[in-house]
Amino acid sequence: MTGRLSGNLKIARYIVLAAMVGVAVAGVNAQVSFDRILKAAAEPENWLTYSGGLAGQRHSGLTQITPANVRNLELQWAFQALSLEKFEATPLVVDGVLYTVQPPNDIVAIDPVSGRTFWTYAYKPSPQARPCCGRVNRGVAILGETLFMGTIDGRMVAVDSKSGRELWNVAVGGARPEAGYTITVAPLVVKDKIIAGPAGGDFGVRGFIAAFDPKTGKELWRFDNVPGPGEPGHESWSGDSWRRGGSAIWTTGSYDPELNLTYWGTGNPGPDFTGDDRLGDNLYSNSVVALDPDTGKLKWHFQFTPHDEYDFDATQVPVLADIQYQGRLRKVILWANRNGFWYVLDRATGEYLSGQPFTKVTWAAGLDAKGRPQGVQRPTPEGIRLYPHFAGATNWYSPSYSPRTGLFYVPAWMDSSAVYARRPAEYVEGRAFLGAFPTGTSLSINGTQVNRRLPGEGYGAVLALDPKTGQKKWEFKMADITDAGVLTTASDLLFSGGREGFVYALDARTGALLWKAPVAGIVQAAPMTYAVNGRQYVAIAAGNSLYAYALRTP
Amino acid sequence: MQRTFVPLVLITAALIGARVAAQHGYTQAQVDNGGRLYQASCATCHGAKGDTVRGAALMSGKFSRATSDEELVRIILSGIPGTAMPPNPYTESEAGMIVAYLRSVGSAGGLVTSGDPVRGKAAFDGKGRCQTCHGAGGAGSRTAPSLADVGAVRTPVEIERAIVDPSAELHPDFRVVRVVTTAGETVTGRLLNQTTFSIQLLDSNERLRGLQMSELRESAILTTSPMPAAKGTLSAADVADLVAYLSTLVGK
Repeated sequence: MTGRLSGNLKIARYIVLAAMVGVAVAGVNAQVSFDRILKAAAEPENWLTYSGGLAGQRHSGLTQITPANVRNLELQWAFQALSLEKFEATPLVVDGVLYTVQPPNDIVAIDPVSGRTFWTYAYKPSPQARPCCGRVNRGVAILGETLFMGTIDGRMVAVDSKSGRELWNVAVGGARPEAGYTITVAPLVVKDKIIAGPAGGDFGVRGFIAAFDPKTGKELWRFDNVPGPGEPGHESWSGDSWRRGGSAIWTTGSYDPELNLTYWGTGNPGPDFTGDDRLGDNLYSNSVVALDPDTGKLKWHFQFTPHDEYDFDATQVPVLADIQYQGRLRKVILWANRNGFWYVLDRATGEYLSGQPFTKVTWAAGLDAKGRPQGVQRPTPEGIRLYPHFAGATNWYSPSYSPRTGLFYVPAWMDSSAVYARRPAEYVEGRAFLGAFPTGTSLSINGTQVNRRLPGEGYGAVLALDPKTGQKKWEFKMADITDAGVLTTASDLLFSGGREGFVYALDARTGALLWKAPVAGIVQAAPMTYAVNGRQYVAIAAGNSLYAYALRTP
Repeated sequence: MQRTFVPLVLITAALIGARVAAQHGYTQAQVDNGGRLYQASCATCHGAKGDTVRGAALMSGKFSRATSDEELVRIILSGIPGTAMPPNPYTESEAGMIVAYLRSVGSAGGLVTSGDPVRGKAAFDGKGRCQTCHGAGGAGSRTAPSLADVGAVRTPVEIERAIVDPSAELHPDFRVVRVVTTAGETVTGRLLNQTTFSIQLLDSNERLRGLQMSELRESAILTTSPMPAAKGTLSAADVADLVAYLSTLVGK
């Protein structure tokens, strides 16, 4: 490219100046209104929320890539983060611009065709931040022309989506980084509010969900995941254990516009591995809570693992689906839990409809008619091997639901276990508040590149579960466990990855492997898809890079 | 009325620079030697004009971490813990010469503030229409750089030149690119990034665009600034006022 002057320079300069002084120019520049987010399925070329839509299905209407041609997928570009920390973000794509978060908290605007950077918003978190599991971030939200991000040091920031300029940067009340509060979740936009909450459930924080004003960052409401004195549910905590009750937030919620309810999964109670000092069910830990997004008031809750002593966070994406269930159309939530059971709940009322294990489960014998665990085997002081592993039979890895196949797709750790021991835990601010860390396992929550396990010691899988029958339709086995989310498309493709250095596509109806490609590291993120100029791309972070694939052009 | 700014500035700068050096007890030879030491070592990070480390405009006549020559000498010799500023192996006398040099050029730069900052703010918001692009209080916008700390990172001479002749030195982050696509569309905007095969820009509709070279008929980075020159709009007195106002913007 040259620096030569063009004959049309004067006109060009006039255009620039006209735009700069605010002269109206034809409006190709649509803002991301909440109405667009509500109708995200009508513009599948874009990816407007963490899960691709408010229902949390991580399902795309794009169909250019099909089971017949997916073998022609080819790498178009790779964006390498300037960070060696875990790359967990799902990008957004908005009208030809991709936004993602480079760990720990840099927002990057990327040309989704070339992978080149438009701008970078660099954020330096406080060194006081105490993340449990790496300085991770799972992405941004957008409303209007503004991006919203939580930070690893407990702040919320707003950044102009065009220039990367910071618009506001506020400390979230009480979310002190030195006490273990971190915000890793991609926020959720509901109407005129930005909803998020802090992680830190392994540090004895007191979790909450809060709504913020997109213009100023002012907190508009707060729901305490651990009820304080006088609030319903407070009686489920003995003594003053509620003060350190955990129940953190680190996976993005969902929203049903007809019911006007937003759903969030909460984390483990603190301390993780002993409940001796927090007698009771410990509400609303390990629960799904259904909140009025205008007020933050609780409509209903369902607790998957009462009085948890295994670290079974319910921090999964609430997947909303409308399905024929026992002869009638029902609005349900599909939920494969870290505790090894998967559930179908009525999302208007929280009524338990069904639940069964999707892997080997021994911590509980089963679920009763209301979905409460029965025959619970508590950890013993000397230690006892229980299934599943404390990292869960699944975890924060995004599941997917395809309205076309009617199947619920879940990344899973199969036949995993750990030796749990119930020992006292002492609370010291800013230190891990766990009890005895489980042993007897070769499964690392941090990915490794070595696997010498027997299958019975734990393996990875993508499961296709049928919510109507409760049956497992198919299982795609991986030798190693997986931290990768799942994407499905309207051409009945499923995309995911794992710890073994590749990403892949399956036939969503059969689980057959159709395509795989090498990547330089572990996939600890979920895939998404978008289109620019009529060409469909699939993007997924692996190792320290974001990879984008499209069909080979002739 | 138009005034010829630059020669006046240069002449008075030289005179005043020598005078200030003399006040601090340095000879011109020491100042010159300090300049050589500065350019040989300090300029690697701080730049030839002392303006490449944000918040440390060494030739502005203002120092954020020191006021006395002794403090400046100590910083040069000991560095600043917790920053990229290292200790330096000079003698105290050599460090003093570097300070002498910075004092002389800094005072020179500090001369042109004969305007009135209050009138300058009025001109910034009013007839200069500077805030249209640079934002209220010079906070910046999508298309124009922030001026919020321009007084700390640019000398008055540089500020004045940027107003009088915006194209003389373009900020690399705010260059304008113009391309024509093979479909005949002309796109103009702020250049954000470029490679052999693609270009990234913020177009005149304030839309982020990634364009592939294969779909472009022509492309050129403009060497003129989209900022209008002061000529015809602002008098010499207005410019002096603007310089005075902008020199007061030193960031947080």
